[in-house]
Amino acid sequence: MRHLLIIAATLFAATASAETPRDFLTRFEKEAGTAASAQRGARFFTSKQGGEWSCSSCHTDKPTQAGRHAKTDKAITPLAPAANAERFTDAAKVDKWFRRNCNDTLNRVCRAQEKADVMAWLLSLR
Amino acid sequence: MKKLLPAALLLVALTAQADSYSLPKHAAFEEECSSCHMAYPPQMLHADSWRAMMGDLSHHFGSDASIDDKRRVAITNFLLANAGGRKTGDTRDAQGKPLLRITQTARFDKKHREVPAATWQRASIKSPANCGACHTRAAAGEYSERWVQIPK
Ligand code: HEC
Ligand code: HEC
Ligand code: HEC
Repeated sequence: MRHLLIIAATLFAATASAETPRDFLTRFEKEAGTAASAQRGARFFTSKQGGEWSCSSCHTDKPTQAGRHAKTDKAITPLAPAANAERFTDAAKVDKWFRRNCNDTLNRVCRAQEKADVMAWLLSLR
Repeated sequence: MKKLLPAALLLVALTAQADSYSLPKHAAFEEECSSCHMAYPPQMLHADSWRAMMGDLSHHFGSDASIDDKRRVAITNFLLANAGGRKTGDTRDAQGKPLLRITQTARFDKKHREVPAATWQRASIKSPANCGACHTRAAAGEYSERWVQIPK
């Protein structure tokens, strides 16, 4: 019985975190109701939008590389899935960081379209 | 002699502990509180400071560090259980409000009196809150003189 429970729990955990980076692109495109643009995503990611920071301030403008937190200087592993297999595999984590980082850079949450564009760009990087 | 030995051992253990702020493992604290900076030792602030900080994570030193309520409560309880004691000293400002920065406490001031003001500004350090720039084993809670190296 114990073993069965453990197997069931493992299976559940595996399905609960089965997201892939592509799943997020699909989800955000569906929420936005239009196709994403990697080119728009690149521009959004690398330019300031009125605030002190852009996404690049911490993730660099080439996110296949490691970045550094603009304020604390802490190292940040690459954001692009091609360079870091751990990225965009957990919906709770992805939603949490989009919320926080968009607030910090734009003073508002990001629109579905903006998130879709960023995903399309990050997925295009090799 | 037999009695002295345990006493001596105890003393060694106590002094070795003096500037080591090691922690019981706590997965949520480690994940949530060491993503933007290394985890600061809960022992360096009193409970009222942690309570105030954890009550407004959306405005955390100019950053949005908000988390879900379940984790927030779990981490708050962990911080309160490990918060400072007598050695921590006073961690309130002149008006009696709890300080949120370890780097503004009297104990931090006293321990860093010999660090020149200009040193804190170096590009390799950036901020007094960047403990790990000088305390090479800060992430493991080790702050003793032995592991201090001020970068150029
Ligand atoms: C002030 C620094 C900073 C800025 C600016 C910043 N980020 Fe982040 N970002 C971080 C840190 C720190 C993490 C979490 C640490 C880690 O996972 O390595 C993170 C993690 C993320 C994640 C989590 C991905 C995953 O699955 O692990 C996403 C998505 C993200 N950032 C997107 C963005 C976007 C989009 C912007 C611009 C709107 C942005 N970030 C701006 C610091 C920053
Ligand atoms: C989204 C990023 C982010 C997250 C997550 C985060 N912090 Fe911070 N924290 C910061 C920034 C930025 C500073 C200011 C650093 C500076 O001034 O150099 C800071 C400063 C601090 C300081 C004061 C340092 C000093 O000057 O003495 C403490 C204490 C602290 N954080 C505790 C926590 C705790 C506890 C958590 C987990 C609940 C946490 N932080 C999570 C970004 C974050
Ligand atoms: C500019 C480099 C620098 C930074 C940044 C720094 N320290 Fe220190 N720290 C020192 C020096 C130098 C000493 C004195 C070492 C000695 O002689 O004992 C010291 C001493 C200490 C001591 C006392 C150690 C002992 O053996 O008595 C503690 C505790 C401490 N620091 C904590 C911190 C914390 C916590 C932070 C971050 C919030 C921090 N320090 C940031 C340089 C630094």
